[in-house]
Amino acid sequence: MLRSRTFQIVVPALLVMALLPLGVGGYILGLLTLAYYYAVFAMSWDLLFGFAGEVNFGPSFLIGVGAYTAALLNHYWMWPIPACLVAGAIAAVIGGAVLAVPALRLTGPYFGLVTLVAVLLLQNMLVLFAGITGGEIGLDLPDVLSIDDSTNYYYALAFMTVSGGILFGLSRSPVGLILQASGQDAIEAAALGFNVAKHKMAAFCISAFFSGLAGAMLIFYLGTASVGTVVDIAVGVNVIIAAVLGGRRTIIGAAVGAIFLIGAGEILRPLGQLSTFVVSAVALVVILFFPSGFMGRLLQSGGRE
Amino acid sequence: MTALLEVSGLTKRFGGLVAVKDIGFSINAGEILGLIGPNGSGKSTVMKCIMGIEKPNAGSVKLDGTDVAGWPTHRIARHGVGIVFQHARPLHRQTILEHIQLALLPDNLFMLVTDHKITRRAEEIAERVGLGQVMHRLPRTLPFADLRRLELAKAIARNPKVVLVDEPFAGLTAGEVADFSALIGSFRAEGHAVLLVDHNVKGVAALVDRVLAMYLGEKITEGTAEEVMRNETVRRVYLGGKIETAARPDREGKGHTPLLDVRGLGVLYGKATALDDVSIHVGEGEFVSVVGLNGAGKTTLFNAISGLVPFSGTVAWRGETLAGKTPGAIARGGIVQCPESRELFGDMSIRENLDLGGQHLTVAEAGKQLDWLFGLFPILKARQGQAARTLSGGEQQMLAIARALMMKPKLLILDEPTLGLAPVILEQLSKALEVLRQTTDITVLLGEQNVTFALPHADRVYVIEHSRIVWEGDPGRFAEEAGAGYL
Repeated sequence: MLRSRTFQIVVPALLVMALLPLGVGGYILGLLTLAYYYAVFAMSWDLLFGFAGEVNFGPSFLIGVGAYTAALLNHYWMWPIPACLVAGAIAAVIGGAVLAVPALRLTGPYFGLVTLVAVLLLQNMLVLFAGITGGEIGLDLPDVLSIDDSTNYYYALAFMTVSGGILFGLSRSPVGLILQASGQDAIEAAALGFNVAKHKMAAFCISAFFSGLAGAMLIFYLGTASVGTVVDIAVGVNVIIAAVLGGRRTIIGAAVGAIFLIGAGEILRPLGQLSTFVVSAVALVVILFFPSGFMGRLLQSGGRE
Repeated sequence: MTALLEVSGLTKRFGGLVAVKDIGFSINAGEILGLIGPNGSGKSTVMKCIMGIEKPNAGSVKLDGTDVAGWPTHRIARHGVGIVFQHARPLHRQTILEHIQLALLPDNLFMLVTDHKITRRAEEIAERVGLGQVMHRLPRTLPFADLRRLELAKAIARNPKVVLVDEPFAGLTAGEVADFSALIGSFRAEGHAVLLVDHNVKGVAALVDRVLAMYLGEKITEGTAEEVMRNETVRRVYLGGKIETAARPDREGKGHTPLLDVRGLGVLYGKATALDDVSIHVGEGEFVSVVGLNGAGKTTLFNAISGLVPFSGTVAWRGETLAGKTPGAIARGGIVQCPESRELFGDMSIRENLDLGGQHLTVAEAGKQLDWLFGLFPILKARQGQAARTLSGGEQQMLAIARALMMKPKLLILDEPTLGLAPVILEQLSKALEVLRQTTDITVLLGEQNVTFALPHADRVYVIEHSRIVWEGDPGRFAEEAGAGYL
């Protein structure tokens, strides 16, 4: 069955990841740490796109709100990290809800456009109030998660595993089924007695929670919050590419896509500017010819018939 | 006995169009009401208003005494209305059983584990509708009839007081129709109130207790199936009154040079057969009508000819096969379709729409064609600066025909030009077609469910029913030979 097949793939992979710090250097660990946070961004995005059927072009709005809330609280009020993380996640949920309530009333591409504009607004605000936010240079944080590579790596791995587990579990639960029905045919879902707006709203909040939390975690790992790392449109585009590359409606695929994207970017670094081009080209080929993504194909071939 | 569903004064307007006008009826527990009417009569809108998919402008929908008119769909569903959609769009990655489980779930954000009771209930329902053998399979591996069974299973799972069924037998074989009739009959036996929506009385006659017939948004009559079939107005709506046929002035070689030759055409939509072994031919200068009810396959036939849907069989145009040609190439070759949905550019003016049609003509030619069309449809000349979106239905249809004629077609395909039009507009349109027919030697292929409109102009008539051509002949012989099967 699919369930066991998924576990057959995921459990050994997690074991290998857990043992990695014994064998590889700090540089690669740092890279993977970053990738794991991206994986959470991508998985949260997949819940919204793959299941609720809503394209959020602005994942970095949710990430950025979470990250900067945590950063500002830590920088100016010296809140401890756990409190900043909680506040960041809550802020992302509130920001997401404020955005989603009017946006979900819109149909078709308009929801996506609203989310896109939200990112631009946030980015402009941060640059405009550079005196407080540090603008494009960024905001230094007095606290960091850890200065040890392995510890940081394990934080990220544990965070990704738990978030992924929750998101995956949700997607396979009855609620996930309702969400998927709402995303695919809203009228039919409503005719079956489901409040489509409520379920989509819930999905948006859950997506916002994990995005915001991951954004906050990421800046405490990096030790600085900057527009380029957590808000810029390019961040959002990478998240979307990762999720689609890995496989829509799989959650786990989104994580695979994120790790691939960051890993490939690094391996191709010697190519200089060309590396971005090559990664983009690979993404394009996968999207054009294997629209169900890496995991989509893997799970499908042995899936239930 | 109290009525489970009581609809009164139901009215729905779309802009200036009144789709449903003061409709009222009631259905008791254990009763099946058939709601019939030709395409565009508003019966589907009535169904959508009951379900809350459309919000009625006026009137009440009382469900077991509670007025639910204007409620959101999911609340109406929770209150006891279920719907069996005509077109099922199942989820790709969920099994049949999971689809039925979905229908059994409460509207709750915290259902994280599937209850075993729900699973067992879903299995029972799957057995009941005949999906027991296939309940662990994915929808895409199942035949069309099983997907329709799944829709029924979902309605059963919801256990609604009132069940709405949209075109219960569309696309099913005779054996499957019997199965479905039995399943729908079991709703009645269990004390549900059932509303069957269909195009004609014949299809649902054996199943229903009463029938309500609609035309152009209004109720024509209500009674038993036999009474409705005998009703004069119903007969007129479906068969037309006295059919007058006028011969077209004979021209040299008319009808002899074959222009379009369709042989053994078959089209599948997924798993549903849309056309089965259809052969028709149209000669140069002929006016050929294809009549059939909505869903019979007319539009599919035209789309196959225009290269818009894949098909088996052959379509030859002036002796050359059209297989492999793009829709654009086919249109440039002289086959121009004026589709049922009109496809006007709503925000452009009448003039701009027409100019687009005449893009490939020289300025002088286009001007001449435009003058001629303005003579044919004077109303378009008077309103040429007006945006197409703001025109009435009849004017839009005239514009659609005029735009098609701007392309100087060799063969003009008109797909249901009368859709949703009021009788007075029909007359204007009919006159314009007659002028076209008498003064030019254009070749026309007309698809219609309105026989009164289709027959007078036709040189030859095909009747299409359930994806097949069932009759071909002279319009004068239609009423006695093919009329009876048409109610």
